[in-house]
Parts: sequence; C-alpha cells; structure tokens
Amino acid sequence: MRVAALFLALLAAGGEPRERVVHVVARRFAYSPEVIELQLGVPAIIELTSADRDHGFSVPELGIRIDVDAGKTAQVRVVPQRAGTFAFHCDVFCGSGHEEMAGRIVVSAIATGGSDGR
Amino acid sequence: MGSRTRREFLQIAGVGGVVFASGLLDACSGRGGRRDDRPALSDDFYFVQLSDTHWGYKGPANPEATVELPRAIELVNALPQPPDFAVFTGDLTHTTDDDQERRRRMAQVREHLARLRVPALRLMAGEHDASLDRGAAFQEFFGPLRYSFDHKGVRFVVLDNVSDPKGILGDAQIDWLSRDLKPLPRNAPIVVFTHRPLFDLKPDWDWTTADGHRAIDVLHGYSHVTVFYGHIHQEHHHQTDHIAHHAARSLMFPLPVPGSQPNRAPLPWDPAHPGRGLGLRDVDTDPRQPTYQLREIPLARES
Repeated sequence: MRVAALFLALLAAGGEPRERVVHVVARRFAYSPEVIELQLGVPAIIELTSADRDHGFSVPELGIRIDVDAGKTAQVRVVPQRAGTFAFHCDVFCGSGHEEMAGRIVVSAIATGGSDGR
Repeated sequence: MGSRTRREFLQIAGVGGVVFASGLLDACSGRGGRRDDRPALSDDFYFVQLSDTHWGYKGPANPEATVELPRAIELVNALPQPPDFAVFTGDLTHTTDDDQERRRRMAQVREHLARLRVPALRLMAGEHDASLDRGAAFQEFFGPLRYSFDHKGVRFVVLDNVSDPKGILGDAQIDWLSRDLKPLPRNAPIVVFTHRPLFDLKPDWDWTTADGHRAIDVLHGYSHVTVFYGHIHQEHHHQTDHIAHHAARSLMFPLPVPGSQPNRAPLPWDPAHPGRGLGLRDVDTDPRQPTYQLREIPLARES
C-alpha cells in the first residue's frame, strides 16, 4: 500500500489541538459531511463520533483506519502530502446499507506551506 | 465408467448448458494434459460451491429474488453424478436488524436446503448472516462458525472472517488454524473456505480481511493450499505465491469487477437475461495430485 507516501500520523489524543478540526458524524448508513475538504500540507484533525452504533472509518489509500465506537470520540491527525480525492468507507458491518456507507477526502492543491511531499 | 474420471464422463455425456473452465490449476502448475496414472473414478471426487444466497433480499438488483435458490438446488440435484458435498460460502441470508426476521430467513433457507440431494452439506456464515449478532442466530440454525473436516485425504478448513463486525479472523482463530494444521505433513492437500477474501482484493470496497495475511502466513507453510470464497459475487481468481484463491458467483445479484465503477453497487438487473451473472460451480479434485478443476454453472435463464 502507498501508506508511507501519503498522510502521516495518527491520533494525538488529549492536549489542545491548534489545527483545524473537522467534525464528522457517522450514522447508519452515511457520514456527515460525506466530503472532507483538506488543504495540501496543512495539518488537520478529523474528529468522528457515532450517532447510533459502532462504525469504522477506513481510508485504505492513505493507510488510515480507526474505530468509531458508539459513545466515544475518535480522532485522527492528518497532514495531506498529496492532492487528490481519497475514498473512505465504514469497515465495521452495521446493517443493510453498510455497503453504501462511504465518502471521500478531497485534498486541495492550494498549499499554504510545506512541500508537496512527492 | 471403469477408470474414467467424473470430468471425462461429463465431457463425454455432453452435459448441456455448461461450459468447462478447466485446467486452471493445471496451467498454473505446469502439469498440463492427462496423466497415464490417472486414478480410478472412486479416487477423485468433486464438490459444489454455492455462495451469497442473500435470502430475504428485496431490491431492484433482483426482482425475482425467491427464484434463484430453488433453481440452484434444482441444478445441483440434476447433476449426472451427485457431488460428495455442497458448501455454501456465506451470506445465506440478507441482513436484517430484526432478530426474529433473521431467524425466519434462516429457517426458510434450512427448509430449502433440505431438498438438496447431496451426501453432506457444509455451511458457513457471511457478514450478512453473522456480523450484527456475532453469529448467534447462525450457530443456532447451522452450527459452528469455524471448523475443519477431512474428506478423502483432503483437509478442509472453514474460517470465520465475518462474525466480528470488523471483518477479522482474530488471534484465537489464527492460533486455532495453526494448531489444526500442525499435525499434517507439509505437502498435505488443504482447502480453505472463507467468506471474505483473505488477501487485499479491493480494500476500499471492503473486499479484504484486515488480518487475512496472518492466515496466509500460516497457510504458506504448506505446499498444496487452495482457497474458495464468496463475498464479491463474481468469479475471480488470484494467486498469493503458491496459494490459489477462487471467488464464486452469487445466487442473488452480481457485483462489479473491482474498480470498474465508482462504488460496489450491484450490477443492474437485466430483464432480457434474468439471472445473468449468477451461478454456482463444481470443483473436481484428485487428492493424489492434488489439483482442482473448476466448472462454472450459470443460473441465467431465458426470459
């Protein structure tokens, strides 16, 4: 997998993040928002909560996957290293619409700092 | 039939409506054509793989959803020689949040399967059967989620990569697999049945098993291993080193070729060709070789 070349870094729980925080709610069978917009080279924290039951958040192309358990908050810190669109999906089976529970991360090439990472 | 193999018998008999997709592993192994020391008919055997019945599905991908399972059973019962066993590689039922409805669907499947004229039936769960209740209902109706059995010199292993909703095998099952195979010689013929692919076929469509590589690592220690699975609703063949992985068609709706469309939505129903893309297969093997010849049997019918 092209993990290493893409995003970095998982979760730094606790502390006061200074980065932009993108809140995402997972509920059967969709994410809200279903499109997460990030900027190249700009760190951000994706914060996920579940509105009903356990879900997952998997972005295979970026090597990211975390559990989004009911009643808990999950965070993943990302530093986009490449512009583009990257699909994510729920990988914890959650019912009859599970296969449609998906979204995408769109990384804009409008970088405000850092290199393009390629 | 004398020493004629079942496959030869079927070819000579010209079984109608089927196409031989033979020699897959022969080609892989370089064995090629027939061998003079071919065993007698009683030495080889075959089984039938059916998959992804999704009983209870209601949707546009198959407006004739109650037709396919009975038809598949008719096809198996009409085979000129009964298979040694039939295996269903998961998703017998379509998922439901209602525990009672799940059991009702399983009871209906069990009634249908009782009409199969095969000496033995091997069942396993898919995520639609087992992920929402961790396999509780499935075990009530159909038995254990993982097990192994021996048949004519082949060790068959059924792995459960669905009852954990994260779609993993887990530490305990990996340990069990290692222990189950440990007494076998390294060249023992081994067949593995799973629902999900053990390898990363299309992870962004969830066509993978997160820790499947651990099972493959265990299996790599044996020289004659073949995996049959379901989940992706289409015929597919893949090699991880010397291990062949064969996916079977569904009995409910076909899914797209990996990456051929933006998502994994079912292929649209074609009223001009009902049942197109659906099917089952038989798998012919000679434990003394051991190789496997696959014959795909379509479910398509005239409209």
